[in-house]
Amino acid sequence: MTMLQDRPTDTKLISKVPDGALADKWDNFKANAKLVNPSNKRKFKIIVVGTGLAGASAAASLAELGYRVDAFTFHDSPRRAHSIAAQGGINAAKNYQGDGDSVSRLFTDTIKGGDFRSREGNVYRLAQVSVNIIDQMVAQGVPFAREYGGLLDNRSFGGAQVSRTFYARGQTGQQLLLGAYQQLSRQIGLGGVRLFNRCELVDIVVIDGRAAGIVTRDLLTGELTSHAAHAVVLATGGYGNAYYLSTNAMNCNVTAAWRAHQRGAYFANPCYTQIHPTCIPQADETQSKLTLMSESLRNDGRVWVPKNFDENRAAHEIPEQDRDYFLERLYPAYGNLAPRDISSRAAKRLVDKGLGVGPLKNGVYLDFAEAIGRLGRPVVEERYGNLFEMYERIAGENPYDQPMRIYPATHYTMGGLWVDYELQTTIPGLYAAGEANFSDHGTNRLGASALMQGLADGYFVLPYTISNGLAPLLNKTVPGTDHPEFKRVETEAKVRFQGYLNVKGTRSPDYFHRELGKLIWDYCGMERDRNGLEKALTEIPALYSEFKTDLRVTGTGEGINQTLEKAGRVDDFFQLGTLMCKDALTREESAGGHFRVEYQTEEGEAVRDDENFCHVAAWEWTGDENNATRHEEQLTFETAQLATRSYK
Amino acid sequence: MTHSVSNLTLKVWRQNGPADKGQFETHVIESITDEASFLEMLDVLNERLIGENKEAIVFDHDCREGICGTCSLMINGQAHGPQRGSTTCQLHMRSFKDDDTIVIEPWRANAFPIIKDLMVDRAAFDRIVESGGFITSPTGGAPDANLIPVPKPVADAAMDAAACIGCGACVAACPNSAANLFVGAKITHLNLLPQGQAERYKRAEAMVDKMDEHFGSCTNHGECSAACPKEISLDVIALMNKDYRSAKFKNRKQLSRK
Repeated sequence: MTMLQDRPTDTKLISKVPDGALADKWDNFKANAKLVNPSNKRKFKIIVVGTGLAGASAAASLAELGYRVDAFTFHDSPRRAHSIAAQGGINAAKNYQGDGDSVSRLFTDTIKGGDFRSREGNVYRLAQVSVNIIDQMVAQGVPFAREYGGLLDNRSFGGAQVSRTFYARGQTGQQLLLGAYQQLSRQIGLGGVRLFNRCELVDIVVIDGRAAGIVTRDLLTGELTSHAAHAVVLATGGYGNAYYLSTNAMNCNVTAAWRAHQRGAYFANPCYTQIHPTCIPQADETQSKLTLMSESLRNDGRVWVPKNFDENRAAHEIPEQDRDYFLERLYPAYGNLAPRDISSRAAKRLVDKGLGVGPLKNGVYLDFAEAIGRLGRPVVEERYGNLFEMYERIAGENPYDQPMRIYPATHYTMGGLWVDYELQTTIPGLYAAGEANFSDHGTNRLGASALMQGLADGYFVLPYTISNGLAPLLNKTVPGTDHPEFKRVETEAKVRFQGYLNVKGTRSPDYFHRELGKLIWDYCGMERDRNGLEKALTEIPALYSEFKTDLRVTGTGEGINQTLEKAGRVDDFFQLGTLMCKDALTREESAGGHFRVEYQTEEGEAVRDDENFCHVAAWEWTGDENNATRHEEQLTFETAQLATRSYK
Repeated sequence: MTHSVSNLTLKVWRQNGPADKGQFETHVIESITDEASFLEMLDVLNERLIGENKEAIVFDHDCREGICGTCSLMINGQAHGPQRGSTTCQLHMRSFKDDDTIVIEPWRANAFPIIKDLMVDRAAFDRIVESGGFITSPTGGAPDANLIPVPKPVADAAMDAAACIGCGACVAACPNSAANLFVGAKITHLNLLPQGQAERYKRAEAMVDKMDEHFGSCTNHGECSAACPKEISLDVIALMNKDYRSAKFKNRKQLSRK
């Protein structure tokens, strides 16, 4: 089904999806892609920024092929990247359970889960390579959960009716990241990869329209350094920390992607952010981050709130007839496994009505009493033991005896740098992988698909597409760090950091981050509307000018200064926050994680506008964060049927 | 219901760079909610320091959910503080009472030089992993995942060892600054699995030799396991020693055989 062919796709936004039937596109690409001969690969230098799943897997794979790779992380070690915190699992269309799964089923689930706002060709490829990821990770020694016969175990996850999720207790992200980290470490030991740790990207250098390298800041010395390469890969994660309170790690930031945006890379769908339904509710005003409880808990936990507004009995004293198992009631076909956006909004509405639970009435119950009765405590302990412990440590309550309290929190960002089928941004030579790009999840990512996408990009997509991009550069000289543009960009960065120190105002970067986060959460969070977004677009710039005149950064630019690092990141969040609201305002429809109050059915479900918004919005930097230009990449659906997403 | 803890005296280690001598600095926290985590308490203190135009205390932290291994801190002489099986970021102020004095220091070990204040350099851990803490398996050539069955007890035991977060508490807690628990955990994870057999002895030998370049020797105190936030068992050290011994004494041509 094709639509809207009369609306033009911007000339820079050519997706380069190969010809042929959907199932043949990736094979066709590989058959026609240009290769670099093994002995020529060492002539090419590739910079990989970020060492999470996408970055570590890409750096290791590219080095194995023979490219010279420089890998950058702002952590002390590549193993700290926030991929490590993913708990639940990784999807793959292995159909080991024989329950009707297939590549096309995973494709359909992902397209539907993303509410028909992702690119078919990319999503199908993701489903195809998902099976290779599991093979690769098992060969590396990732200790996935096993059945007694020694074969791999699976569990089910939100938005799917099959069990296709592979897991390693509640620490799947950790084990996958350690697998990729070990493979990367092997290459570091062999000399294929040079590692730059505690080193943060502060700018990207573009010469004659092509990415020529990056400028970094050594976090220990404050020294700025230029690095030149034939290609640059950004695997720098998402921007969920724009909300201040999120499940992201404290240091996650948008700086690399934002700098790329300012240098000419289009930023796609910034308003597509995911709110995860099962996080521990905020407890007090000192809270610095929110903690996620794996969605896998919804396999056995039942979500409910009391039916009575004045309920004050303890959870276990509330009889069945006074409980509202609202997900089971509203979405009987998927029940407690309804997708993330839908479950989150259902919880928010009941809490907004005043039916919330806990001391601040800001959560809903996730109850395991029925599962413990059905399976016995040992089985529940085996499945979720470490999650229960973690909950008890944070909330101070024991989930074996009383239900968990959960509430939605920002978790993942589907938006990101616009990339084509080859994961190349609108700046030739600059690639984006993993959460940093926008490509595969549309308006809503399904559970256990982030790990899949990060590893797919790094292991099985970039190694093919980068050689296609590099082959024509063979034996051509590219600019080195002695090119004046590198020096110019270095000076700009130096001036920027000195600028933060020079303000000498009264408020810390954290203060501004917290205030900014509140604005974005209130106006561009789980639900958005025109009034709120317009208000945000005046309040954010006002706060931003306060930031520019009243910021206080103590210490100096030499040596480690975490306050200074934070100031730079918050600065970029301000500009991004403006763009998020602008994008949300111009997308006059509701789809997945982007829920505009004005566009909903009587039952409160999202109403898409395929006539006018079946496209990717990609924003071009114009030199001023308030005046970005909006471009469109039209989405065409040849295989999937545009349908109203229903989980009833 | 939320409560608060009041009148806490913090003695925090301040050291302006590796060459500086360093000293304790005293701060009083008048009152803090007991729902705050230990690091959130330090955030509050840092906000106050910035308000007073002073430099914030430097400390490593990131995920704040006990899995990334970035946070550290000796709290009253205990690595990651008084709560067993947990990292500093998972420690909450409800573990302390009014009028407590809390001494906060960085990891202390020669192999982990202090960078500034409470931040140390743990790169020696990465060097050990680079020397052999992996299974050689280049991208693309892997067989179907279910062609390598792994008995459940083996997978579970490998996972127990693989749970290590690389925080360095074991080294900080050890009177000899030995890294045997960290290295033993990685060797056990990989050497138990069928996929890890081909490089089993080479791995044990390379990693232990690299470890000895940086860290002290193990004298079986067991402090490492007691301090470990993931409660990794001392058994991993026994398995490491066994494989290291085999690596040194086996017929080298048969190294990879049982």
